[in-house]
Amino acid sequence: MYLSTVSRPAAEDPDPGPRRRRFALVSGNVVALGTVSLITDVSAEMVAAVLPLYLVLGLHLSPVAFGVLDGVHTGATALLRVVGGFAADRFRRRKLIAGIGYTLSAVAKLGLLLAGRSIPAIGAVIAVDRIGKGVRSAPRDALITLSTPPEALGRAFGVHRAMDSVGAFLGPLAAFAVLLVVGQSYDAVFVTSFCIAALAVVVLVLFVRERPPGEAADGGTVDGGPSDGPGDPTVSVREAFGLLRGGPARRLVLAAAMLGLATIGDGFVYLLLQRREDLGLRWFPLLAVGTSLAYLLLAAPLGVLADRIGRLPVVIGGYSALGATYLLLAGPVDGWPLIALTLALYGAFYAATDGVLIALAGPVLPARLRTTGIALVQTGQALAYLVSSVLFGLAWQAWGPENAIRAAAVAVAGVLVGTLLLLASPSRLTTRKVPR
Amino acid sequence: MTAMSNRAKLGVVVASAVLLGSVAAGYVAVAAEPASAPPPATGDQALTLAPGPRLLAITDRHLSTVATADPAGSRTVSGLECLRVYAAAGTGVCLKPETAWSYQMVVLDAALRQTRAISVPGLPNRARVSASGRMVSWTTFVGGDSYTSSGFSTRSGILDTRTGTTVASLEEFAITRDGRGYRNADVNYWGVTFTADDNRFYATMATGGRRYLVRGDLAARTVETLKDNVECPSLSPDGTRLAFKEAIGADPAKGWRLSVLDLATMRVTATAETRSVDDQAAWLDSGKLAYTLRRDDGQPDVWSVPADGSGAATLAIPGAESPSPLT
Repeated sequence: MYLSTVSRPAAEDPDPGPRRRRFALVSGNVVALGTVSLITDVSAEMVAAVLPLYLVLGLHLSPVAFGVLDGVHTGATALLRVVGGFAADRFRRRKLIAGIGYTLSAVAKLGLLLAGRSIPAIGAVIAVDRIGKGVRSAPRDALITLSTPPEALGRAFGVHRAMDSVGAFLGPLAAFAVLLVVGQSYDAVFVTSFCIAALAVVVLVLFVRERPPGEAADGGTVDGGPSDGPGDPTVSVREAFGLLRGGPARRLVLAAAMLGLATIGDGFVYLLLQRREDLGLRWFPLLAVGTSLAYLLLAAPLGVLADRIGRLPVVIGGYSALGATYLLLAGPVDGWPLIALTLALYGAFYAATDGVLIALAGPVLPARLRTTGIALVQTGQALAYLVSSVLFGLAWQAWGPENAIRAAAVAVAGVLVGTLLLLASPSRLTTRKVPR
Repeated sequence: MTAMSNRAKLGVVVASAVLLGSVAAGYVAVAAEPASAPPPATGDQALTLAPGPRLLAITDRHLSTVATADPAGSRTVSGLECLRVYAAAGTGVCLKPETAWSYQMVVLDAALRQTRAISVPGLPNRARVSASGRMVSWTTFVGGDSYTSSGFSTRSGILDTRTGTTVASLEEFAITRDGRGYRNADVNYWGVTFTADDNRFYATMATGGRRYLVRGDLAARTVETLKDNVECPSLSPDGTRLAFKEAIGADPAKGWRLSVLDLATMRVTATAETRSVDDQAAWLDSGKLAYTLRRDDGQPDVWSVPADGSGAATLAIPGAESPSPLT
C-alpha cells in the first residue's frame, strides 16, 4: 500500500487492488526524489569530469592553486549541513531546504562562467556548490523516510541510490558529447550542466511533496513520541541537542562516526590496487567506474534484502565486504580476479551501507527531528572519514602499505563489534514491523 | 501546487525541458569552434629542431620558432600540435593530445619526425630534454589518485632515448629526506632538469604539505632532499645555478618569485621579475632566463629577465608559451 498511503489519504482507499500493489515498488515521492537526484547527478558529474581539464588546460592553474580551492570547505559544509537539517525540521520545510540546496548547486555552474580566471572566485563558486550538496542531502533523505512506510525503507533508499548512480554514470558521457561538438569551449559544458540542474529543480518543485502536517502517514515515531502534527510546538535547539543526549539516536550517531573511522577512502583503495597490479596508469579512472557499476547494480537488491532480513545485518554485511576488500589488497590473490573481486566487493560495501544506514536510522529518529538526526548521522560519518584518511596516511608512512591496509581491516573488525554492541541491543532496530 | 493536475505538471516539465534544452543547444551552437586547421607556416623555411640561433615555443598550440636576435619578429609555425615542448641537441619532446581526453609524450628528431611515443596519464605540465638530447622527462597532473578525494597529484617520468629505459613515475625511487630514509603515499614529483652526465637530475618533490628541491640518481634510483621551497628547477648551461620558482612566504597561494640558487653557496638571488611566475624557466644563455606569463584573459607571452637579479623583465615572444633555446 505504499503508493496509496502516500498519494492519497489511506482512509479513502483502503484497498488499492492487488494489481496496483504488485507494481508499486516505491512511493511516487521516492521516484520523484530519485529522478531529481538522477538529473542533478548528470549535471554535477558533467562538471566534475571537465573541471580538471578546465582548470589546468583552460585556465592554466597549477595543482597547488587547485589544492587551495579545495579542502578548506569541508568543516564549514559539515556545520551547515546540521544547521540546514535543523532549519528544515524547525520550519517543517524539508522540501524548501532541499530545493535551496539543489538551486545553489545549479547556480554554481553558472558561477564558473562568471568567475573567470580568479582563483578566489572559483574557490567561492566551488564552496557554493559544496554547500548546496551539503544542505540538500539530509532533507532529501528525511523526505524519503517520511514518505515511505518503515518496513519498505530499505528498498526506497535502494531505488533512490540506484537512480542517483545512473545519473553519475551518464554525466561524464554528456560532458564528452558536448566537448565533441564544441572542442575546447568548457563554458558550453557549464551552461549545459546548469540547464540540466535547473530542470531537476523544476521536477523537485512540481513533483516532490512535503508531507502535509497532520497527515502522519507512516512516518510516525517508534517510541510513541510527539508526531509532526500542526498543533505541535516548533522544534527547539534544546530539543535538537536532546537527540545527542541519550537513547537510540545518540547510539546511531556514535555508530555512524565509528563506521566512518573504518573507511580509508576510495583514493587509497585504488592506489593500493594500482600498486599491487602495476596497472597502466591510463586505466586508473576505470577503477572508480567498476565500483560505481557494482554499486548501481546492487543498491536496489540489497535495499530489498534489508527490508526482508533487517537493516543492521545488511549494514554489518556491507562493512564485512569492506574488511574483505582491505584483506584482498594485502592477500595472495593476483591479477584480474583480484581487480574484479575488489571492485565488486567495494561496490557491494557502498550498496549495503550508504542508503541502508539512513533506512536504519530513519524510524529511530522522531519524525519532527528526522532531518536534524539524519544530518548528524551523515556529518558524524563524514568527519570521522576525514580523520581516518589522515590516520591511514600516517600508518602507510610508518608501516608501509601492506601492513597499513591489514591494520585497516583489523579496525573494520573492531568497529563492527562496536556497532553490534551499540545497535543490536534495542531489538526494535532490527525488526521489520514497527508498532505504531 | 495542489491545484495542478499531474497532466499540467508534466506539461510544465516538458515545456521547461524544451526551453532549457534550447538554451543549452543554442549556447553549444554558438560556442562550437570551427574545426581548427593548422595555421599556415609563416616562415619561408620548414621548422627544424637543429641547433641554431632560434627559440622554440608554442604559438596557438602549435610548434613555432623565432630568431633569437628578433624574437618578436617573423615566426615559423609547424602543423604539429603540442601543449608543452622543449628541445636540445636536435631532440625534441612534445606533450600532445592523443584523444579529447588523453595525451601522449612524443620524442621528435630534428626534422620533427616522431621517434617514440608514450601515452601519459593526466594533463601535460612540464617537459624537458637533457643538454645532450639523450634524456627526456615529462610531468603531468593526474586527477583521481590523490587520496584527498579531489586534489590533483603529479607524475614525472623519464625516458632514456639511447637505451629505451623508461621510468613511468619517480615515485618508485628511494628517498632520503634531511639525511634519513623516508616514504609516504603522498609523495609527488614535478619539474625535472638533467645534469650534463645524463644520470643525475634535479626536481621538485612534495610531501606532507612541503615542497623540496631533490637531487636524483637514475642509475641508483634514489633521490635526496637539498633545500625547502624550491620548485620547478632548471639547471644553468654551466651546471652551477638553478633557476626556480620560490613560493612567497613558502605559501604557493601567495604566488611565486622567479629566483636563482647558486649550488656552491646555496645562496638565493631573486630576479627582477616581480610578477608571480608559475613555470619552469628556460636558460636562453648563461645569463638570461625565459618563462611564460599569462595576461588577464589567459593569453600567454614569453618574457625574459637577467638571471643575476639585475635589469628588468622584457617581453620576448608575444602570444607564445613554453620557450626553449635551440642549442
